[in-house]
Amino acid sequence: MNWFDIVSAACLLAGCALSLIAAIGLIRFPDLLSRMHAGTKPQVLGLLFILVGVGLRLRDWSDVGMLLAVAMFQLMTAPVAAHMVGRAAYRRGAVRRDTLLVDELTPALEAENRD
Amino acid sequence: MSTDTSNDLPGDVPSRRTGVQWPMLIGLTVVWVLLWGGLSVANVVSGLVVAVIVTLVFPLPPIVFGGRLRVRGLAVLIGRFVVELMVASVQVAGQALRLGRQPLNAVIEVDLRSHSDLYLTLTAELLSLVPGSLVVEVRRSTSTLFLHVLGVRNEADVEEARRRALLQEERVMRALASDEELAAYLSEGVGR
Repeated sequence: MNWFDIVSAACLLAGCALSLIAAIGLIRFPDLLSRMHAGTKPQVLGLLFILVGVGLRLRDWSDVGMLLAVAMFQLMTAPVAAHMVGRAAYRRGAVRRDTLLVDELTPALEAENRD
Repeated sequence: MSTDTSNDLPGDVPSRRTGVQWPMLIGLTVVWVLLWGGLSVANVVSGLVVAVIVTLVFPLPPIVFGGRLRVRGLAVLIGRFVVELMVASVQVAGQALRLGRQPLNAVIEVDLRSHSDLYLTLTAELLSLVPGSLVVEVRRSTSTLFLHVLGVRNEADVEEARRRALLQEERVMRALASDEELAAYLSEGVGR
């Protein structure tokens, strides 16, 4: 048991906790768009924590390279996937307006459809 | 083949076939070597072959990058991003665990001041990664983002979210834009 192991264990636990919270948020949030937040956000940081934890345990350059690739692709693809789902949901009207304090997109889309 | 949407200007999209894109080839090769988990001549050569095939079969428009990297700006961009990622993850986690009524959300329009696909994309990616904001619609022609913001209580929170999005863009510009682009960008902010 050395410092690497302790930090690694802390990172793994933090990552697991954040992923669990993301799952809880997925159930508890009221509509699709807020669920997208839970699905993409605490989960991104949770995954990064887990990758750091695993990297500290393995301490092998070829494995760290692989973990870096996982982190990079996660950071690049999560926003794109979230955007596509959110955009499709919004345009299909799968958005609960009663959860919105301000909605500046609906008037913009209506103006676009009139043109 | 076109990914153009109705609100974009026709003919504005750069052509997809423009010869060899070296940054793309090198990037794909690096990923290949990372995935094989070892640096060897055979890995690099086979990676290059695969990269050439991929770029020939799935051509993408080149990324127009006329700026320059500023080390200081880049450090600020990355540092602030990590801090925001941590803080906002805790906030969203708190909201997920909170008992009782969930706060309201908002969909806001943010008019970015830069007019470049690269900076627009980077700003949108970073905003989406930071918890609490999600890009639901992008207007390429006017550099406008529509953000879904989690947990707003009043108008002040809405304006705060808009301000944070513009600050994110400013950090991207200060990290990557050329002197002329940065000057044009900063002068455009005077009227607002």
